[in-house]
Amino acid sequence: MHIHIRNGRLIDPGSGMDRTDDLYLAEGKIVSIGSRPDGFHDDREIEAGGMIVCPGLVDLSARLREPGLEYMATLESELEAAVAGGVTSLACPPDTDPPLDEPGLVEMLKHRARNLDQARVYPVGALTQGLKGVRLTEMVELHDAGCVAFSQVDAPIANLHVLMRAMQYAATFGFKVWLRPQDIHLANHGVAHEGEIATRLGLPAIPVCAETIALASILSLMKETGASVHLCRISSAEGTALVRAAKRQGLPLTCDVSINHVHLTDMDIGFFDANCHLMPPLRSLADRDALCAGLMDGTIDAICSDHAPVDEDAKLLPFAQAESGATGLELLLPLTLKWAVENRLSLPEALARITSHPARILGIETGQLAIGAVADLCIFDPDANWIVSHTELRSQGKNTPFLGMELYGRTRFTLIGGRIVYG
Amino acid sequence: MGVHPQLNKNGELQHLLTTEGLPAVILRHILDTAESFTGVTERDVKKIPLLRGKSVFNLFFEPSTRTRTTFEIAAKRLSADVINLNMAVSSQTKGETLLDTVDNLSAMHADMFIVRHNQSGAAHLIARHVRPEIHVINAGDGWHAHPTQALLDMFTIRRYKQDFHALRVAIIGDILHSRVARSQIHALTTLGVPEIRVIAPKTLLPAKVERLGVHVYHNMVQGLQDVDVLMMLRLQHERMESAHLPSTEEYFKYYGLTPEKLALARSDAIVMHPGPMNRGVEIDSEVADGTQSVILPQVNFGIAVRMAVMSILAGN
Repeated sequence: MHIHIRNGRLIDPGSGMDRTDDLYLAEGKIVSIGSRPDGFHDDREIEAGGMIVCPGLVDLSARLREPGLEYMATLESELEAAVAGGVTSLACPPDTDPPLDEPGLVEMLKHRARNLDQARVYPVGALTQGLKGVRLTEMVELHDAGCVAFSQVDAPIANLHVLMRAMQYAATFGFKVWLRPQDIHLANHGVAHEGEIATRLGLPAIPVCAETIALASILSLMKETGASVHLCRISSAEGTALVRAAKRQGLPLTCDVSINHVHLTDMDIGFFDANCHLMPPLRSLADRDALCAGLMDGTIDAICSDHAPVDEDAKLLPFAQAESGATGLELLLPLTLKWAVENRLSLPEALARITSHPARILGIETGQLAIGAVADLCIFDPDANWIVSHTELRSQGKNTPFLGMELYGRTRFTLIGGRIVYG
Repeated sequence: MGVHPQLNKNGELQHLLTTEGLPAVILRHILDTAESFTGVTERDVKKIPLLRGKSVFNLFFEPSTRTRTTFEIAAKRLSADVINLNMAVSSQTKGETLLDTVDNLSAMHADMFIVRHNQSGAAHLIARHVRPEIHVINAGDGWHAHPTQALLDMFTIRRYKQDFHALRVAIIGDILHSRVARSQIHALTTLGVPEIRVIAPKTLLPAKVERLGVHVYHNMVQGLQDVDVLMMLRLQHERMESAHLPSTEEYFKYYGLTPEKLALARSDAIVMHPGPMNRGVEIDSEVADGTQSVILPQVNFGIAVRMAVMSILAGN
């Protein structure tokens, strides 16, 4: 299949390329930028005038809810949502039911995803069996089955000795450990940021030190074990400062933030809006601004959707009892564009946070627009406005704090390996 | 979400969910209306027909005797039909969701729901969900709000102290877990009390509590100095299990209200407590039963205040 993409504004965040030109794809790869290769016959032409052509989005945290949680979402629904949002590669965390702690489960997930032939799925394996924080998983077996890293997701390991051993073992084989820094005892079943809002609403609170103390432990254990760590969904100003200092020291550390935390604060909870029940909790305005500053100066490498589709009944409960999480695959692009506009950031710089940077963290080849690169592409109209609503979202989860909001930026075509999977 | 959760489009009270954000004019209207109902209790015929033909559902997901009973008496004095549902042992334990329960009861032509729930925000959730002709009264949700308790406390203060603008009020005890304290603070600030103090150890104060407009004290000797009104809070025994406090004995020694500590306040200060009291834990019997205590009148005023809230809601 030879595809000719005409007149698009080509943006390659990795190299900084930003120019309007034609793109030629053949055999699943980009074969030329600008000039038509000899003997290239268009099987398909895509008119991309006024649109942006960039690498497909790479999302570091998207829950697909399989296996076991199909009442919330299915692989079919969520991978369709992914490509509708321009996401071509995604890492799925192991908090499924059962958790991804056995090679068979990982192989099954990979197999199901391959058959659907939509976005590329990169499973993150459980660091401990059943995510219980007691016994290590067979990381090498899981790696061979397709796991790209190992994580505890939202079930932090209480026993630091176990965490140290897990990091040591992972480091032995060069596996990356993905951790969301949160001390389980200090979090103490809290549901909101400890501050004025939680105080007014009478909600059990999670102090910032639940994040910073866990972070300090992780950083010390990195020095102790030599493990490389990716920090998931950092939420506070103080946490961001710790990451900045650790990176300056040269620790092998990367970090992401969820798109929700880039835009929202605990004020958005309003009168107990359960769609704002997120983990980590939405924090203060000062924290939100520090996260944005961390994204600008490279302390935080990537933005993820932290996609967590939840069935409607699970959100129609009092705030603390409502299931946490928000749907996000289809919002990652427009909300990143909104962030770029608000912070006067250039498009290539903004797109880097959702393409080339997360691709580097995952250790995958996509996320670039260059001759010879795999043709995983997102073609979007930056000026198309739409209102986030139940009917517009393809994800089975309709739960998002952004419901009813007007956003700019709509994916028109998504290509994976040179094949049009959306549009 | 921007819509005010408890006022209708004319700015009138649609639900009573919290004292936070309620205009002073509405608070005063409730207190004035309650004043007019205090006589009803003393009359031979104790009923007035303001809620005749209306169904009031007492929906208590958490055990309560005093609040449920006073709501029931108040509704019956207004001639309403009262249906008591002890949800703690009912459909919720059979797996029915909160809103399913509410839908089923709405189908039985409920006009008003009085809701108590152990989760903050439960009353807001129900209020957002019900048909517009149904009114919701929050009878306590988690740690968040207990507006009718705060209103009856305001009524009591007004009875004994008249002018809110000249008062020093201290709220003493477990502020962190107290919906009563939160609702009291909002009502007191709205009614113009110039100085509100909270007195508690740091473990029983929520973060940034000063942002609610209160002065923080950790010491009774300083905190009670020249105070006109003392509002005591109940201390739950489980606070000892969760590392908030070492023992009830030590708590009583430093934060329990004894005659000696009461003497630090103004000589005409009044002592209040939302009940049920733990004698010898947060309050000494000598104070609870003493001349400065207005704890029993509080209970009686509770009926008039709840009658006022129900009649105002039914009229809007």
